[in-house]
Parts: sequence; structure tokens; C-alpha cells
Amino acid sequence: MAAARKSARRAQVERLITYPIDWIEERSGLIGGLKYFLLRKVPGDTGWFHTLGSATLTAFIVQAVTGVILAMYYKPDPDKAYESIRFITDDLTLGWLVRGMHRWGASVFIILMFFHMARVFLFGAYKYPRELNWILGVLLLVLGMLEGFTGYLLPWDQTSYWATVVGINLNGTAPFLGPFLVNLLQGGAEIGSETLTRFYALHMLVLPGAIAGLIGLHLYLVIRLGVSSPPWSPDAAGADRAEPDRPTVRKGLTQPGRRGGYAR
Amino acid sequence: MEPDRGDQRPHLPSPSLWPVGFAVGIVCILAGLIVSPPAVALGVVITVIFGFMWVREVTAEQRRPPAPVESEPAGPERTRPAPAIPANEGPAAMPESSPEEIDAFERFPRSKFLEGATLGIGAAIGGIVTVPAVGLAVLPAFVNQEKKEVDIGPLSEFPEGQWRIATFLEAPEEGEVSRRTAYVRNNGLLAGAPSFTAVSNRCVHLGCPVQPGGPSDEENKRMIKSESGAQIELTPTQPSNFGCPCHGGSYDTEGNRRAGPPVRALDRYEFAIRNGRVFLGKTYSVSEVEGQGKEARIKKYKLASPGQHVDGIESWLYPVQPPGK
Repeated sequence: MAAARKSARRAQVERLITYPIDWIEERSGLIGGLKYFLLRKVPGDTGWFHTLGSATLTAFIVQAVTGVILAMYYKPDPDKAYESIRFITDDLTLGWLVRGMHRWGASVFIILMFFHMARVFLFGAYKYPRELNWILGVLLLVLGMLEGFTGYLLPWDQTSYWATVVGINLNGTAPFLGPFLVNLLQGGAEIGSETLTRFYALHMLVLPGAIAGLIGLHLYLVIRLGVSSPPWSPDAAGADRAEPDRPTVRKGLTQPGRRGGYAR
Repeated sequence: MEPDRGDQRPHLPSPSLWPVGFAVGIVCILAGLIVSPPAVALGVVITVIFGFMWVREVTAEQRRPPAPVESEPAGPERTRPAPAIPANEGPAAMPESSPEEIDAFERFPRSKFLEGATLGIGAAIGGIVTVPAVGLAVLPAFVNQEKKEVDIGPLSEFPEGQWRIATFLEAPEEGEVSRRTAYVRNNGLLAGAPSFTAVSNRCVHLGCPVQPGGPSDEENKRMIKSESGAQIELTPTQPSNFGCPCHGGSYDTEGNRRAGPPVRALDRYEFAIRNGRVFLGKTYSVSEVEGQGKEARIKKYKLASPGQHVDGIESWLYPVQPPGK
């Protein structure tokens, strides 16, 4: 009797938990998508090396979260920027920690990108059919470096100011477009307040948006193409996937009868 | 993907020596640009020949007449390759699948029209939004960049033959961020007109501030006001040269490069004397200065960013400077 009541209560609790999940799944299919993403099959001999990509993603998320919070206190004005950074570091509760996470996390992000890239290169995981994902990864690397370049100016101290002067003038030595690149980066003929606000906007809006979008494409290709086996795997390179040609897998845009819907 | 190969292995190009020769040619060109012009010609010849052979080899397969179609590779799970039909010609691709073909006559043009209209209106809206937005992001960096003259103090503050480190606000309304430094020397009169040497402190390697090599008399620093009330600092100094702390560029007192990575002489300011006060005008670039002081002959160019050559073959890399410089 007691056991039956207990199991009835348990069933009630389970329903309480599963009901909202089912509600979402029924209306969006997102839970199924999440399951498909998290529980998808990967080769049996993947190892710790394959976690470098997720580690890089985590580093980016840390940068995004700490960056948003720092933006609540930072003032991108030549007369106030340095003082606001000092205020964050010295006066705000936990400001030193969050700024430190962002400042050192930036290096971690870049280093992890290179480790991830080295893993992909050494495992030959950039080869057919994953070339496009390598290209996306290179774009992400460039955007990540640009994040570093634009973020370095924001503390607006002597180091960051002169490092940016040198960095912008390095860009200026590029053939043909260099002189224009200088004006574009500086927001004018000289480094000034426009440079700071411009770098701030790039650093916290343009570049992170582009990186987030490219990470989406990058992950989409990882899921679509599957994870590659390491070179020492007994599986032949390029062997068929575990579940070939499942009906849910789209065959590509050339499949007849899927497009050109005028006829029916 | 090449469907005719049939296998699942990656398709790699066959080994070839042509790219190696191509690379040697490129190296030959680059090395020749520095050491010897004839080597450039040799490099161009090597590059063109090997590049041509490389392209020939890579495209050999495409240029071969198409082989007769072989039978389908075996395999129960393989679907037939799709016939190559452009997607927008759906009705023709599936004549048997549309029994109401009569409808197509009426419906096809309208849907076509709506598709075009949607794309066209979308493109128009996108353009109307994008053009001003991108314009605002880009154009202000290039227009209205002309500099105004800056007052750096009365003529009496510049005794003949002495250097002053002049620190001033280039655009007082922008505040400290526009603070600039120039090394200014009164050269005395040249044919009855005052002559000044006004050297920018911006290193022409990568833009760090060059420092005077010699004692600066901080105790006799003068803090004066410009006519508009902006703060000016004038510090006497006795430089024997100018040096850059960043990468070791070194210049003589006329701004000529003596050592290190800079690519030209230090930039200079145009100057004017008005109502007994010294004004610094536009900055211009200098390839080389012959002579000294008021006798100096300055090879003057439009202002270029640091690191850009203004003369010689390397200046061809920067044929157009942004307007307003």
C-alpha cells in the first residue's frame, strides 16, 4: 500500500518534470534536436584530443559572458576609459576577477584555437569532406585574432595605445590598400576618440556576432559530417558512416522533386 | 564530389614536380627584387613555364573528351544519380507527376513574378538600409580630414639655432587624445624670411614617438597658452640625433634616417609666422634632406602613413593615398 502510494507520487513527480519538456518538444522539436546533437554517434576511438574544439567554444562563451558584464562598467571615451578600467579592477566588487578572466581568457581562447587547429592538422581531419570546415576554422582564427587586436586597445594605457599605433601602421604597409586600411581602422587620419569607439564597437558587437555565426556553421558541419577517427584508428579513412543514408539525412539540394514547387 | 569515381576515398592529385619549380620561380622573383633585376626576369620565366605546365597537368582530366558512360556501380543502397535538371524548371523535369499541367500555364508566370518581386523588393530594402549604414561606418574616416593650423607660441620663445620640444593639442576640442609633439628649431632668416625646421616626432617605421638624443632642459620648460587658450609646452633640448624606443630607428637632426628599420626621413610640419606667433600647418612626408638648417633641400611628398615608402620602386606599392592627407 505504502509502496504503491510512493510509486504513484513518483509518477506524479516524473509527469511534473516531463510535461514541460514534452510541451516544448511537441511544439518545436528542439528537445529531439538537442538529443540528436548530444547523443549522436562518434567513432569509438575518439579521445581527449577531440575535446579541444569544445574547450575553445567554452573559452569563447567565457569571453562573451565576462565581456558583456565588463561592458556594463566600461566607458569607451578617451578621457574616461583608463579610469573606468581602473575602477573595475580596483574598486568594483569582484571586478578584478571578471576583468582577469576576460584578460587571461583571451589568451586561453587564442591558444586553444591553435591547439585545436594543430589537432585537426595532425590528425588529417581537414581532408575530404571536411575542407570547408577547415576554411571556416581559419576565418574563426582570423576573427579571434582581430578580437585580440581590438580588445587590446580598450584599457587605453600607454602599452595598449602604442601597441595599437604600431599595429595599425603595420596594416598601413599593406600594398595598395594599406593607406586606406589605416584611415578605416583609425576612423580618421589620426588615432583619436573615433579609434577607441570604433574598436569598442568592433570588439563587442561586430566580431563576436560574426564569430558566433561562424561557430554555428562550424558546428553544423561537424554534426553533418561526423567526427573523424584518429590516424591510428583501425577503421579505414573515409569509410561509410555508421548509419548510411538514413531517410532523415538530406541528400542535398540537387535531389529532384524537392525544389521547384510550382508544379504541384 | 566526383560521382564517377565511385569509391569513398579522398581524391588526391597525383605527385608532380611542376609546383616545386613554380615555387622556385616565385622565390627567384622575390630574391631578385632585392638583389638583382635580371634574376626577376629569370624568375618570371621559370614561374610562367612551370605554372603553365602545372595548370596543364591539373586540368588534363577536364580537357580529355568525356569517357562513355559506364554502368552504375553496384550497391544496393545507392540511389540513382539525379538527372541534371535546374531546380527552377521543375515542371519539365517531372512531366508525369503533374496531371494538372493546364494550371501550370496560369500559375507559373505569377509565381515566377512573385518570386522575382520578393527578391527584388528585398534587395531594394536591403540596399536602402545597407548603403547609408556602411557609408556612416566608412566615409567619416576619409572626408573632412584636413588639419587646421596650430599655434605653438610667440616667435620670441624660439631663439635662433635652438631646439624646442613643442607639445600641443592638434584639435583642442578633442582633448588630450590629440596631443602631438614636434621638434622645432629656428634657423634664422633666409633671404629675409624666417626659416624653421619643424620635425614630427612620429617615427616613420611604425609610428612610435621618437626621442631627442641629448639633454632636455626640463627645468626651463615653458608652459604657455595659445591664442585660443590651449596649453602648449616648450622644452629646450640639444639633440645630436633622434631615436625611436620601439625598434631602434635612428635619425639625424634633419630627420634623415641613419640606422634601423625606418623607410624614409622623419615627417615635417609646414610652418607660418602670423602676428609674431609660430603656427604649424599640414604634415608632409620627406624622402631625404640634403644640407642642414635653412640651407636644407627637402624632398617633399604627400603625407604617407609610417612604414610606407614615398620614393623608389617600393613607393609603387602605395599609388593612391586617401583624400585629405
